[in-house]
Amino acid sequence: MSPDLLIALTILSNFVLVATSRVNKAIQIAVVQGILLGLIPLAMGLGRHPHILLMVAATIAVKGWLIPFLLRRALREVHIPREVDPYVGYTVSLMLCALGTGLSLILAHMLPLKGGTKEILLVPAALSTLFTGFLMLVSRRKALTQVVGYLILENGIYLFGLLLVEDMPLLVETGILLDLFVGVFVMGIVINHIRTAFDSTDTRHLAELRD
Amino acid sequence: MALLLIAFPLLMALAAFLVDSSRLRARMLPVAGTLHLVLLLVALRHWDALPGGAWLGLDALGAWVLMVISVLFCICAFYAPSYLVLRADRDSRIFCVSLLAFLGLASLLAQARHPGVAWVAMEATTLVTAPLVYFNRNRHSLEATWKYLLIGSVGIALALLGTLFLAYAAHFGGLEEPLHYTRLMEHADLLSRPWLRAAFVLCLVGYGTKMGLAPLHTWKPDAYGESPGIVGALLASGVTSCAFLALLRIYGVMVAAGEVRFAQELLVGFGMLSMAWAMVFLVRQMDFKRMLAYSSVEHMGILVFGIGIGGVAARFALFHLAANALVKTVLFLAAGNIHRSYSSKTLPQVTGAIRRTPVSGWLFLLGFLAITGLPPFAPFISEFNIAAGAITGGHLLAGVAFLVLLAGIFIAMSETVLQVVFGTPSPQRVRTPYSDTVATTAPLVAALGLAALLGVWLPRPMFKLLEQAAVSVNGSMAPMEVRVGPRPAPVLTVEVSHD
Repeated sequence: MSPDLLIALTILSNFVLVATSRVNKAIQIAVVQGILLGLIPLAMGLGRHPHILLMVAATIAVKGWLIPFLLRRALREVHIPREVDPYVGYTVSLMLCALGTGLSLILAHMLPLKGGTKEILLVPAALSTLFTGFLMLVSRRKALTQVVGYLILENGIYLFGLLLVEDMPLLVETGILLDLFVGVFVMGIVINHIRTAFDSTDTRHLAELRD
Repeated sequence: MALLLIAFPLLMALAAFLVDSSRLRARMLPVAGTLHLVLLLVALRHWDALPGGAWLGLDALGAWVLMVISVLFCICAFYAPSYLVLRADRDSRIFCVSLLAFLGLASLLAQARHPGVAWVAMEATTLVTAPLVYFNRNRHSLEATWKYLLIGSVGIALALLGTLFLAYAAHFGGLEEPLHYTRLMEHADLLSRPWLRAAFVLCLVGYGTKMGLAPLHTWKPDAYGESPGIVGALLASGVTSCAFLALLRIYGVMVAAGEVRFAQELLVGFGMLSMAWAMVFLVRQMDFKRMLAYSSVEHMGILVFGIGIGGVAARFALFHLAANALVKTVLFLAAGNIHRSYSSKTLPQVTGAIRRTPVSGWLFLLGFLAITGLPPFAPFISEFNIAAGAITGGHLLAGVAFLVLLAGIFIAMSETVLQVVFGTPSPQRVRTPYSDTVATTAPLVAALGLAALLGVWLPRPMFKLLEQAAVSVNGSMAPMEVRVGPRPAPVLTVEVSHD
């Protein structure tokens, strides 16, 4: 499979994500996106490096299984099937996402790519995914959906990292993946505390502190 | 040695996790803090002999920042046992583990010679300090923790993208991994300019969020306001110093690449904006802990402003890091004591602290005077020299604006502070059993004494370390000092006292 197809599918999954209201479906899409991201290095023909194979396995395990597992467990505990009235509606979110993707294409055009790079879609896809994650973070009320947004934001950064995948030290990669996992884990704990304190995970309750 | 500095606090954290007696656990903090400082002082003898390809090691800049953090940790650690006795109802296990783990990770960050490792350490400090913000376990602290975690994580994610951009800038220019700072700076002319600039902007925004530069500081008043004073001290002087160091590393690469103008304009802009923003929110601030948070936003602004001016001002910005850390610790711990005594942290309830808790009241007042630039305290030296550096270095307008903002902030803060310290006690005040003891005030007195001492005297080895750190920030050319000329008259008079 060509890497461009996988990258395009990733961008497409961004659109599905901002248009969905069910938290469970949002987590599913995050799983799909995590697996897509994991496969891209293989499609780029980098499967011969053992350290990249290791990273592919780790990415799919963490983004495709471990983190969604944590999120699903949190979801079961908090019983909130869907995101009710987000700060920004679904239609507007979709339009913003399209706008963000367009802007990413323009922005990526301004940054030069090293000669001989085949995956010219990586930079715009990375910026667009980053933007989608950011949009989810600021436009949704539920703590869980915000965490999914953070995950998508990290996926965008991972996409950009693929440009450097061949010579990034394994130590740094492992550290980044581990930090992401622990980050989501800690957020999961906090979500649980939010639920016990307020009996819901709506972050609207978290707006008492102000000047 | 480098590994020991990191591993020792982490092992102590593990031990604190395993120990069952909360008294013993609390006692471990000052022991760990003191030993870490001793280890650091031993390691400091070799800071100048760092091999280029090392993954970990102390250079002058890292050593200076780590020393600030270690001293600050020591002060907090000596305060912690008496605080934890007062909060015997709370389980101190996670609290102690988080504190010690932070010290270990800060040591990792200070010694990291690779941008990726530095990023990992920075992110990890965010995660281990999050439970500290939630120490009070109520709704408000939960809200503060969520904001701290989410905003901090997003900021740090942008810094990761910036770090990757930096790596791509090198990749573009044909420079391959491992990209240690030394290598990046030596081959800075190879880096691709558009990617490097984008990398710096992203790192400034990302690490700036962790530092709490306006307008990315929104987590700060909540996190500092809702967490115990000791945590506020650690966040305001420890975590922010870490983020500042991570930013300075990237700035060093920018300087080496000759992109210093671009970087300096951004830093001066962010610095001024932070100071102005802080001033607006300091006016009529009723909550004295939030007031300290905005003061912290202001001082982060001063730090990046000084670096942006460059030359002498950059050296004194590094000095200000130490000055601010010491005085902020005094202020946060004193505010914590006053909060404990009144069981409130807002103005109509808390007045006349000088009568109820005389020592903490005096410390709060003196800390306020010190942080706003009263001689002979250390912040006076740094603030004066940053302003002087700006005015003599050709940034006349920026220098004047800097002084005006300092004055405005002094006036804005003084209203709140004077009411808290001297105001007539309010009739609805709550009686609590807390009163100042030696254990809850002696570390503060020591910190304030140190801040006063630094204002008049800096030991020679420390001075050399600071100077070398400034050289690594300014680059070898030090553009401003050339323009000032061989005898920078007004600046020198104060500098001399440092020798």
